Amino acid sequence: MIRLEKRPQPSRGWVIGGPVLAVVLTMAAGGLMFAALGKDPVEAIRIIFWDPLFSQQFASYSRPQLLVKAGPLILIAIGLSLGFRAGIWNIGAEGQYIVGAICGAAFGLAFWPSESPLIFPGMVLAGLLGGFLWAMIPALLRVYARTNEILVSLLLVYVAEAMLASAATGWLRNPEGSGFPGSRTLSRHPGTDNPELIAGTGMHWGVLAAFVAVIAAYVVMNRHVLGYQIRLAGEAPRAARFGGVNAGRLVILCMGVSGALAGAAGLFEVSGPAGRISIDFNVGYGFTAIIVAFLGRLNPVGILLAGLLLALTFIGGELAQLMMGIPAPAIQAFQGMLLFFLLALDLLANYRIRLKGRAPA
Amino acid sequence: MKPVTRLLASAAIAAGLALPAAAQDPFTVGFVYVGSTGDMGWNFTHDQARQAMDAHFGEAVDTVFVENVAEGPDAERVLRQMILGGADMIFTTSFGFGEATNAVAGQFPDVYFEHATGYMREHPNVSTYSGRFYEGRAVIGHIAGHMTESNIIGYIASYPIPEVIMGINSAYLHARAVNPDVEMRVVWTYTWMDPAVETDAAQALIDAGADVIMQHTDSTAPQVVAQEAGIISFGQANDMFQFAPRPRVASIIDNWTPYYIRRVGEAMEGTWEQSDTWEGIPEGMVLIGEMTEAIPAEVRASAQAMIDAIAAGEYHPFTGPINRQDGTAWLAEGEIADDGTLAGMNFYVEGITGEIPN
Repeated sequence: MIRLEKRPQPSRGWVIGGPVLAVVLTMAAGGLMFAALGKDPVEAIRIIFWDPLFSQQFASYSRPQLLVKAGPLILIAIGLSLGFRAGIWNIGAEGQYIVGAICGAAFGLAFWPSESPLIFPGMVLAGLLGGFLWAMIPALLRVYARTNEILVSLLLVYVAEAMLASAATGWLRNPEGSGFPGSRTLSRHPGTDNPELIAGTGMHWGVLAAFVAVIAAYVVMNRHVLGYQIRLAGEAPRAARFGGVNAGRLVILCMGVSGALAGAAGLFEVSGPAGRISIDFNVGYGFTAIIVAFLGRLNPVGILLAGLLLALTFIGGELAQLMMGIPAPAIQAFQGMLLFFLLALDLLANYRIRLKGRAPA
Repeated sequence: MKPVTRLLASAAIAAGLALPAAAQDPFTVGFVYVGSTGDMGWNFTHDQARQAMDAHFGEAVDTVFVENVAEGPDAERVLRQMILGGADMIFTTSFGFGEATNAVAGQFPDVYFEHATGYMREHPNVSTYSGRFYEGRAVIGHIAGHMTESNIIGYIASYPIPEVIMGINSAYLHARAVNPDVEMRVVWTYTWMDPAVETDAAQALIDAGADVIMQHTDSTAPQVVAQEAGIISFGQANDMFQFAPRPRVASIIDNWTPYYIRRVGEAMEGTWEQSDTWEGIPEGMVLIGEMTEAIPAEVRASAQAMIDAIAAGEYHPFTGPINRQDGTAWLAEGEIADDGTLAGMNFYVEGITGEIPN
């Protein structure tokens, strides 16, 4: 019988070696799956992991796209990680992302067709505020009515999706779109667009915001008293209370920051890569960001790397579909394997495996 | 038929990209699907047509596809990667790909784009195409009006857009024509494909007394619910023959194959021109699947007569007199709806209760 024993300190070797081994195991297991589908496993894995970064044919386009895809994931995950470390579970970032996008887009459209350079900053503020307010609903309900923020924030995603459908088919619909759903195109109009800042890099304001968020979160968690309070509240809630940490304030702060960042991510997407409000504008970034946050071990630098890794498998996965005709579900299974191995090996950083009967070391 | 050598390189340079190595023969055609090719509905029919077109041209044409592409930021990336991968022509088969299609088309003027169910043609290399599905709806509405005993027809609708509203109106008008007591109950699901939501919608309609279910969503889930409840339904987009003879008593089939063969052929010959295609039963883009024994013989005969009349161009499903829901006149006696009004239809016809959500 196998038994797990908690390590007194996380193993440094496994913290670094675990992810590397996980990628190797994923390649082996995924390779077997691709072979079973009748596809060349070596080529498939090269296309997924190598081609988006280094292939002559694709890399000059794919590499910047990694940032475009990873940007919103990182931005949202950074916000979520603060709360997650304090034991505050905002599962509804997808909803805050939608509301941020709607508010930001509505602000920009209200001044249409003005091209004033003041509009985009206003849209960003509206996006931040929209996400913040949407997150305040579960936050205030938890503080003042003791509801469960996991359920409330999750269910508000579906409310936000209904609002999005109503905006796209009703009050934000393009008046020149002959009745079709969807707003005017923000991304191709000066003043409301979130352009590529340096040509060929994929870098837009949202990607820049994600990098700033990574640095800010790192500083807050490691150098600021707030980071100490967050860690204390998560690891020892009773001690935090005795230590003078105001639990309610912490809930409002963490939910507010994660909501605002998710809202900003929504605004940057709607004015950039997505281009406009449409019925299916949200593509699950708010949920995928939860995976990114945990994959990055709730650590800002880890989240940055996790976001880029997930983006790589998304883009590489599309290339594998395109170049080899590998079906999309097989790509999703491959991504699932990667997450499984990463999280499974993460266990070994904190625990060691013991065979029953031996004395603990 | 000699494949045209495409000047992909010039487009790539124009966009500031590295020179792709491939892109000689054969002519590469890409397809972008919003859902899974195994959905047995909308995406399945497009993929069937892709395979048929590929087989038709043999060695001269290569096809590639990417499925489950979200209608948003991912679409543009998939399109560009397809072009870098050597695509000479791309079919984007969902309404929500319109923005991305036009954005990429502007940067790659030598690649042909075909956008299904869209209306935006901002560049000369973008065409749009769709089916006159309301013709099919008229036929199944006719059958439904005859078959219902509770006089309540349930309709699972996706989004309140002209395409869907047009279908509801067409089905209702032709059900009422043979059964003046018929009522139409519409449930809006705000999704194209979500088996769980579609199941709930079908059950809600059955609970409200519907004994015939129609759907404008893509999954086969409503067929399963209808089967369990012992009522009838119609296949959507694809034949869904696995549910025949009951609950599925007939179906509207999307047949894209002739269009794909024609357009790819034109692109290879260099005779391709921008167009806005809207074809139906006469051209074979919309088909009615086998009408099963569950339908009485005389109803099958009258439905076939309607199909024949539409195919011959003798009958248009929106022929006046038709009033709007609020009682105002829309079409006078004998007047035929124009395509522009249909394409932007945002009102119910007289007799339908309930409101279009907005």
